[in-house]
Amino acid sequence: MIQIQNVSKWYGQFQVLTDCTTSIAKGEVVVVCGPSGSGKSTLIKCVNGLEPVQQGKIIVDGIQVNDPATNLPKLRSHVGMVFQHFELFPHMSIIQNLAIGQVKVLGRSQDEANERGMKLLDRVGIKSHANKFPGELSGGQQQRVAIARALSMDPICMLFDEPTSALDPEMISEVLDVMVDLAHEGMTMMVVTHEMGFARKVAHRVVFMDQGKIVEDASKDEFFGQPRSDRAQQFLSKILNH
Amino acid sequence: MFSTLDFSVIPLALPAIFKGLAFSLELTLIAMIGGVILGTLLALARLSGGKWLGRAAKFYVDIMRSIPLLMMILWFFFLIPLLTGQPIGQEKSAIITFTLFQAAFYSEIMRAGIQSIPRGQVNAALAIGMTYWQSMGHVILPQAFRNMVPVLLTQTFVLFQDTSLVYAIGATDLLKAAENAGMLYGRTVEMYLFVSLIYFAICFALSMLVKYMNKRIAIIR
Amino acid sequence: MNYHWNWNVFFQTIPSGDETYLAWIIHGLGWTVSISLAAWVIALVLGSVMGTLRTVPNTGLRLIGHAWVEFFRNVPLLMQLFIWFFVVPEMLPRDWGMWVKQDMPAKEFITAFVALGLFTSARVAEQVRAGIQALPRGQRNAGLAIGFTQAQTYRYVILPMAFRIIIPPLTSEFMNAFKNSGVAYTVGVWELIFVSRQMVEETGGQVIESLIVPTVLYILCAYAANQLMAVIDRRAHVPGFIVAK
Repeated sequence: MIQIQNVSKWYGQFQVLTDCTTSIAKGEVVVVCGPSGSGKSTLIKCVNGLEPVQQGKIIVDGIQVNDPATNLPKLRSHVGMVFQHFELFPHMSIIQNLAIGQVKVLGRSQDEANERGMKLLDRVGIKSHANKFPGELSGGQQQRVAIARALSMDPICMLFDEPTSALDPEMISEVLDVMVDLAHEGMTMMVVTHEMGFARKVAHRVVFMDQGKIVEDASKDEFFGQPRSDRAQQFLSKILNH
Repeated sequence: MFSTLDFSVIPLALPAIFKGLAFSLELTLIAMIGGVILGTLLALARLSGGKWLGRAAKFYVDIMRSIPLLMMILWFFFLIPLLTGQPIGQEKSAIITFTLFQAAFYSEIMRAGIQSIPRGQVNAALAIGMTYWQSMGHVILPQAFRNMVPVLLTQTFVLFQDTSLVYAIGATDLLKAAENAGMLYGRTVEMYLFVSLIYFAICFALSMLVKYMNKRIAIIR
Repeated sequence: MNYHWNWNVFFQTIPSGDETYLAWIIHGLGWTVSISLAAWVIALVLGSVMGTLRTVPNTGLRLIGHAWVEFFRNVPLLMQLFIWFFVVPEMLPRDWGMWVKQDMPAKEFITAFVALGLFTSARVAEQVRAGIQALPRGQRNAGLAIGFTQAQTYRYVILPMAFRIIIPPLTSEFMNAFKNSGVAYTVGVWELIFVSRQMVEETGGQVIESLIVPTVLYILCAYAANQLMAVIDRRAHVPGFIVAK
């Protein structure tokens, strides 16, 4: 589904990604973790072309993302993305947030889009807030709406960029629950997160990054059993001992 | 179409143009310095908590900000002779108008600047035994000025452009000098083009300075 | 101060016709409002386009927006008006120039509002750019991520929020358009400043009366502009959204 091949990226002189290679199969859930500044957020933004890469190839569903000829809007419409800061559109009501992409990008009718939107809101437990605006919802609620917005486009895979790190602790689980359900349904997911509990529960593989490099790319059991690299061991002991 | 342009008159007109430019700059400089001093006092009056004083200052600022400068220039030009019984000339009238008018705008900037300094700074100054005026003079105003330098300069940029409005009372600034020279030599088009270029060069340089200051201050913070 | 008040001056007829000064002032107000509103339309349209261009990824388009702003911002309004009125007709091909100078209908009015509109457009563009740049960068990404093109992202995500944020500075630019419209008197538009100056000269010393009525009218115009924008601001209010500044 997603192939990342020898990807390198620079901001000016500064190299943020160095020769990253990994892949995510259909139906697989891969958690990407690592210390802050390790490039994991940058990497996931490269997958749907929000960030350009200077070297290497990224292929999603058989289409090369970093090929100038690729129709990026079309590709992105099939790839759901959930952001750290939710990024709901503040001037639109919740249901409008869910409908806008369906209507303007997928060409669905307004009624069809609303119907689908309501179904998804019901699913994430926000149906009663459909006519409110994002600013009137809590962070956890906003993030669940953001997941519903991504799902409303019927994505073939989902990218999560630290979906819980801007949330208050008591709101994290409500978002993770939605993600766990999604994983159980067989959605292909790439998740940048520090939530190791989530990784333990549903991830198939864990990718550990440090200083722009993929240091470890292992099955969940291997990773939590005994990671091969010292950096990953240090990282794990730091966040698990909290 | 450009063949009829003749820029050879520019050297002849230069002395007059420079005189006009000198007045524009003089007016800008005096109104800026006077305006900042007066504006700071107005800002302090508004923040003083004194009911009567604060209201008077607010009234002054609001009036100045809601009347077009062009109108204000006419008011002062016609009113001062009525009050004093004798005309004081276009140049002096312009200087008084601009200083009093700009004070209102500078005062709003200084007020924002003073309010941007955390309350704890005043408390800290008072705690080490400073008086109100000492805390303003040594602690608050220096910080407020530093933060506000780019905005104060932007206001001065507007002020410099506005000096061209003294045209309305016939004071000989850069623009008027160009018009006079244009008429004298029958080359209005060339003179206007030349003077536009001078305005552009000065304003562009000033806006670059503002940009540079903004970057520097962003770093300091 | 020994001043002889005479409010009846407004009911005297002007020397050059059979209108009263009061009627003349009302006409003057009409011209002031017309110039300001026409200029504001130009400023809003061109300012929005140019301000937006300054934020797009394409370097060439950004450069156009930047050049526009620098060009119209760095020369005083009065100077720009003179350029449009006295210089540009000389730069046109001979026939066109002659037409502009001799036959163009309402040329003083048109030149004045075009000059004011272009001058103001540079300032509006700066506000639009600031509004767009004040939005979190993630908003653009979120738009692109659901498959919007750049243009759609601007249309549905960025501009609706950016314009809401900049309503306060746009309000003061709108009021500035009224305040700046007075320069039109220099090319012979009979707006408020023009009437005011004429009255001072013709009425033989009724200075205060001649100045105070136009001044009050200007204040009322600015107030009306302010209220209009306040209504728009309320209508555009988004529940739960607080402008972070």
